[in-house]
Amino acid sequence: MAKHIASPVDPAIIPQLKAGDSVLLSGVVYTARDAAHARMLETIKNGEALPIDIRGQTIFYAGPTPAPPGRVSGAIGPTTSFRMDAFTPALLERGLQAIIGKGDRGAEVIRAIKQAGAVYFTAPAGCAAYLSKCVKSVEAVAYEDLGTESIKRLTVHDLPLMVAVDCEGNDIYELGPQAWLSGS
Amino acid sequence: MIRTIHADRIADCVAELCVEACTVLPKQVRALLGEARHNEPYAPARESLALVCENCKIAEQSRIPICQDTGMTVVIAEVGQDVHIEGGTLEDAVNRGVRRGYTEGYLRKSVVRGPFDRVNTGDNTPAALHVRLVAGDRLKLTVAPKGFGSENMSRLTMLTPADGMRGVKTFVLETVRLAGANPCPPVILGVGIGGTFEQAAMLAKEALIELREGDHPDPVIDALEKELLDEINRTGIGPQGYGGLTTALAVRIKTAPTHIAGLPVAVNVGCHATRRAEAYL
Ligand code: SF4
Repeated sequence: MAKHIASPVDPAIIPQLKAGDSVLLSGVVYTARDAAHARMLETIKNGEALPIDIRGQTIFYAGPTPAPPGRVSGAIGPTTSFRMDAFTPALLERGLQAIIGKGDRGAEVIRAIKQAGAVYFTAPAGCAAYLSKCVKSVEAVAYEDLGTESIKRLTVHDLPLMVAVDCEGNDIYELGPQAWLSGS
Repeated sequence: MIRTIHADRIADCVAELCVEACTVLPKQVRALLGEARHNEPYAPARESLALVCENCKIAEQSRIPICQDTGMTVVIAEVGQDVHIEGGTLEDAVNRGVRRGYTEGYLRKSVVRGPFDRVNTGDNTPAALHVRLVAGDRLKLTVAPKGFGSENMSRLTMLTPADGMRGVKTFVLETVRLAGANPCPPVILGVGIGGTFEQAAMLAKEALIELREGDHPDPVIDALEKELLDEINRTGIGPQGYGGLTTALAVRIKTAPTHIAGLPVAVNVGCHATRRAEAYL
């Protein structure tokens, strides 16, 4: 059974989220992918303030298609997370609470997730028409010149996610295949 | 007899094919997904596959792209040598079509103008255009948008003749293992073996796009395809990388004559959203 949880994710529930759990996430998430991450890191290096306050927030690695008239959102889904690995620890250190992406993370990111008491969710990849139905509002909030790569504030309802790396560092990309192979 | 085709018709056709390819998964891929779902013994993996199938239905019915990564637009133009194109160049016509298809079709613009300055061109141009001159007086256009989650996991190596078939198998399996969950499994592999460096890559791309139906005409290659598929589906990676039987839906191989000293192998990794739309003019 999928657990219903809210975003921003309450730190108190993080210990209850275990790798392999299905969750339905509702609330506010921010999109950011390669170019937005590079800019945010540049900003941090320069000692300037980030365009959004990421403390306690959820970042969704996603660049949607444009919404046609009459629709809230275009197709939306996770992009490959490991490309953000170089940027992720710095954001976790600054209070980022949850991440949504796809694919496995490097050892350093898993360590940083543990240390921060954060969580890494994955969304079903290549299911962007389905996921677009979960998006209730979209608003570009920073780096609008980046087009699909801008930071957008989304309100989502029942986004179907998997806990991929929990706050103890357990990883579905190891545990899932192991569970299947050992059972067969 | 020379047949004349106006460039505007080519542009119109490409624009339509871009939208169709991004929203309607080829029947053949859908059939492979349905079959995999039916044969998947691991319940969580079956659920993942069911979601992928459901997504394709929604995409087609609501005309929403199957995946938000509507790709870099690979266009294959097979031009009959009795065709004369008037009103502009083929390349311009194709790029006009991509620009219109991606803009008016609300597809994602994912192309940057240079590898280092990374400025988005804003209209998904230029297309990755491949032109082939063929017999006849027709023009066949194939549009195959390629997402980079899977493209990034593709690899090429120059083996030696002594590495032989074993070397090829090892390389293909290693590619799948390295890719893991990143190319959105279940994957489809196009494998090019032989030729020169660039020919091997192109063979792999063609094998993936053409997605030949039925057995390979060469029984040795046919057996290799089946053996690879079997081995890949024993890695345990599974749909979405969460574990399961269905790591790949299909392996397609194309071969070509090569040099006495060489055995090039290219693996073009495709995701379950291996998209393609084609038309004749
Ligand atoms: S690899 Fe394929 S399914 Fe995955 S995000 Fe890219 S285009 Fe979509």
